[in-house]
Amino acid sequence: MTPRIELSGVRKSFGSNVVLDGVDLSAAPGEVVTLIGASGSGKTTLLRCVNLLEPVDDGRILLDGTDIAAVGVDPNPVRRRVGIVFQSFNLFPHMSVERNVTLALTEVLGQPATEAREAARAMLGRLGLADKAGAYPDQLSGGQQQRTAIARALALNPEVLLLDEVTSALDPELVGEVLDVVRELRGSGITMLIATHEMGFAREISDRVCFLAGGTVVESGPPSQVFGAPSDPRTRQFLARVIASGRLDP
Amino acid sequence: MPRLVEAFWLDVRIFMWTTPCIVAGALLLAVARSTRAPALFPVRLAAIAYIDVMRGVPVILWIYLIGFGVPGLGMERPWNSPLLWGSVALGMTYSAYVAEVFRAGIESVHESQRAAARSLGLSGAQAMRFVILPQAVRRVVPPLMNDLVSLQKDVALVSLIGPIEILRQAGIDKAKFANFTPYVGAALVFLAVTIPLTRFADHLLARERVRTGGSRVR
Repeated sequence: MTPRIELSGVRKSFGSNVVLDGVDLSAAPGEVVTLIGASGSGKTTLLRCVNLLEPVDDGRILLDGTDIAAVGVDPNPVRRRVGIVFQSFNLFPHMSVERNVTLALTEVLGQPATEAREAARAMLGRLGLADKAGAYPDQLSGGQQQRTAIARALALNPEVLLLDEVTSALDPELVGEVLDVVRELRGSGITMLIATHEMGFAREISDRVCFLAGGTVVESGPPSQVFGAPSDPRTRQFLARVIASGRLDP
Repeated sequence: MPRLVEAFWLDVRIFMWTTPCIVAGALLLAVARSTRAPALFPVRLAAIAYIDVMRGVPVILWIYLIGFGVPGLGMERPWNSPLLWGSVALGMTYSAYVAEVFRAGIESVHESQRAAARSLGLSGAQAMRFVILPQAVRRVVPPLMNDLVSLQKDVALVSLIGPIEILRQAGIDKAKFANFTPYVGAALVFLAVTIPLTRFADHLLARERVRTGGSRVR
């Protein structure tokens, strides 16, 4: 089966700072792949490259077998199929929750306003935000804002969803409600690439875990293997630090 | 004094019809200057050149250049009116100043807003229209009011090329009665308008500060 998304030899530098140094990675349709690694290991950059927010310097990113990182590819149709949720939500502060969700439906997909509104209401209801449709982002808690951002990305019905440390900006007591939403998405057929520092969550939700270090995928496998019996010394060292800081039960 | 107030009405009219033109022109210039597509480089360059040239020459000189220059090209009435071309000159220069205010607003909107908009499949132009500009405009309303207060006063410059607005009427009255008071009267009429406008701008600024900056620290 063709992987839904496949990266091969992806390189990306910012000036002299090499962030991605030949990343190979693939995800089958419906697969949940988490990216773990120290801060600065390139998880965020990798996700931004897949959404074409960052142009890659070299390498290929195949979406259902088509190279979307090639020169001359129109990014907009790709982005309809590949949604992204950001660490800091990035909701549009001057729009209501509902308008945040309908904007792309009316302006990108060309849906009539009433149809878009119904779709948005349904999506917000699914994420437990039915009563917040008319609220503005600054009236919501962090968890509600992040769920709105997820609703906004899901409304376009993407085949791939990229989650970039979606709980890192949240108060600890709000992390759970966002992770619950992600858990619900698992098995819905959507392919997810998840960058996260929540190791327990990564272990629980992933079909596959990829450990990034030095701009490459150092180790990749089912969570039981990567967390239980890591083969690369760098993975072992990273996990030892995570366990020592109390962020993962051994 | 009644004659002064009557003459001031011309100032107000010039102000009223130049302001919408300035705001629209400035928005266009600011957006043109903020484009990113390599293909739009000429548009960007033209906007930068226009803004630099208009801002690099004193307003009064533009009023002379355009207000006398264009009618001097031999146009027929009513197109040879210095009043018309004086106000056009005022509008053209102020558009450049106000464009820079709008551009500052556009640049103050965080890059992540653009990223979020583009990530949903919106084009660069759609991101500008639906996400960046509405936020930018809201932020620059207070500084914009300050520019409008200056404009309200600079309208008097148009008098230098002929139209009998308040400053000129005051000069005429002064000469007629050998009395300096009309100038003082004209100043009072200006203050009666600009002080409320200024206070209103301050009020908007304070409100914006409360909205975005939290409570005041002593």
